[in-house]
Amino acid sequence: MKDSIIKGFRFIGLGFFEPLVRLIAGEDSRKNSTEVLKKIIAPIASILLFIGIWYSGSKSLFNTEANYKIEKVRKEQGDEEAAKMKACIESGDVSCQPNTLPSPSQVWASYKLLLKDHKIISADKDAFKQKTAAMNEKRVAQGKNPIVYTGRPSFVDQIKTSIKTVFAGFLLALLIATPIGIIIGLSETLRTSFNWLIQILKPVSPVVWLLLVFMIVKTLTKDSNGDTSFIISFISVGLCSMWATLVNTAMGVSSVDKDYINVAKVLKLGSLQKIFKVILPASLPLIFTGLRITLSVAWMVLIAIELLAQSPGLGSFVWEEFQNGANDSNSKIIVAMFVIGFIGFLLDRIMLTIQKFISFDKNEGI
Amino acid sequence: MAYLELNNVTKTYGTGENTTKVLDNINLHIEEGEFVAIVGFTGSGKTTLVNLINGLEKPTSGEVLFKGKPVEDTSHERGVIFQNYSLLPWLTVYQNVEMAVKEAFPKKPKKFIDQRIKEYVEMVSLSHAIHKRPKELSGGMRQRVSVARALSMDPEMIIMDEPLGALDALTRGNLQDEILNIWNKNKRTALLITNDVDEGIYMADRIIPLRPGPKATLGPEFKIDIERPRDKTALNDNASFKKTRNEIIEYLMEIGNERSSNSEIQYELPDIQPKDLRWEFKASK
Repeated sequence: MKDSIIKGFRFIGLGFFEPLVRLIAGEDSRKNSTEVLKKIIAPIASILLFIGIWYSGSKSLFNTEANYKIEKVRKEQGDEEAAKMKACIESGDVSCQPNTLPSPSQVWASYKLLLKDHKIISADKDAFKQKTAAMNEKRVAQGKNPIVYTGRPSFVDQIKTSIKTVFAGFLLALLIATPIGIIIGLSETLRTSFNWLIQILKPVSPVVWLLLVFMIVKTLTKDSNGDTSFIISFISVGLCSMWATLVNTAMGVSSVDKDYINVAKVLKLGSLQKIFKVILPASLPLIFTGLRITLSVAWMVLIAIELLAQSPGLGSFVWEEFQNGANDSNSKIIVAMFVIGFIGFLLDRIMLTIQKFISFDKNEGI
Repeated sequence: MAYLELNNVTKTYGTGENTTKVLDNINLHIEEGEFVAIVGFTGSGKTTLVNLINGLEKPTSGEVLFKGKPVEDTSHERGVIFQNYSLLPWLTVYQNVEMAVKEAFPKKPKKFIDQRIKEYVEMVSLSHAIHKRPKELSGGMRQRVSVARALSMDPEMIIMDEPLGALDALTRGNLQDEILNIWNKNKRTALLITNDVDEGIYMADRIIPLRPGPKATLGPEFKIDIERPRDKTALNDNASFKKTRNEIIEYLMEIGNERSSNSEIQYELPDIQPKDLRWEFKASK
């Protein structure tokens, strides 16, 4: 039981829970409690420290902003108005709050608000579905398009869209980059002949990729009324992020240990067998490193691309909130920041787990 | 015509000014059923010689003939046991051997292949570890897998490139006996490359020293006339063993000295003494 829990934790890359499990199981309490202190308590302390610094920083920024606001009113409208303003700020009235870095508690409140908002919108959607169910059936029977919900997407919906975009982009990168990487890695001629293209295209900014994809997709989808913004953003994400996989795959395939190649030669494996049974497994660790970089790059450029392509995901959420300038916009942006970071972390963990499962190199990933 | 023939084989690496002649004028004849050992210092070009014979590399000049035909490529007839095991780390013991068996007997039914794999893994007494990966095995066990893999293809000739170099004395002795057993049972031809003179004498019919490279070439051969099966413990008291061993070692020492006296450049060392900083430190206090 205990061992299988530890094994499970290790497998998903949360090996630092091991001492806690051992401690609960009553095993070598002295050694394990220092381990718990080191591996669990210390990180928690660092999180608390971070929140503390954030809190005091936001407080001082708040005070600076508030004082500036009061002084401004004093200069323009006199002492009486300034006193009113001060009272207004102290009372916590929404109408006169200074606009600055939100405090942890404000961000937490916004987080809960966004979840509540999601519940309301979901309920709304369900109600809409029920209302239109009968009508839609008729419309479909008549050969018309069904009526769909066109209301504002909730925060959770936007997260889902973003994840969908990233996965589509990642899949595209995987399907393009790995085969090309393998082919390029196998032939030195191809490698040298395409090297310039890869080296030039690799550092191109995500924004430029987006514009390029936009030029092409806009023309290709002239007649369709599908979701072009999604197509544009996932293709751009794929194109931006595939380079790490391409380069790593080519390198992995071209630098397979000579001993393994000699084994393949001595056993007289056919060329397909040689590729699939020796070269590919041998280069899997490097290919996976490339894929992990690709996924994290995909997630990173996604925000910028969604922001520009107007695809309804986290990127446009951040941008809209920034443009919105409402009282809680700043804290919503910070919520989005943490959500983005956390999902990025999860995606990397998932890749690491898959890598451990498939690849022979069972070393702890970094 | 000998079973394996190397005639005036030369191998050079690099081009232009950077050419190094690794092997020079190698002549070697091995008869069918013979066990020949080549003894040499590390870095004398032994592995290059092995690669030429098994077909991984081609000679710069001269010819390598196997059963009268020039060696152009690797072949299932010549099984190789590599110095560094060369097992595929992502495959289990079973799968590593399976790869070889499947290639050597592509038309045989699954059952035959399965049996053959198990038989050879059993032969190197690794049945208990058949589903483990190389990483989980000790060095000796890995080398045994490598032996099983090479022999499972049923090669006519076994080429061994310092197969036991990295093993401890006990495992080494066991594996030597296992290899001898297989060689004897199936009447195969064997070529052993080693840096251990005792190992060569214990196992081989003939020992040929390789003069160290660059421009490595084979020295005069030494015949071992000790009757088989040889007893390792009694070997130390055998007069013929002692004599041959001394002769070979003397020869190797001689060429070793020759090499070092040839290549050594005399540097004149400046006449300096270390300075005692401790004392100075104390004095200044």
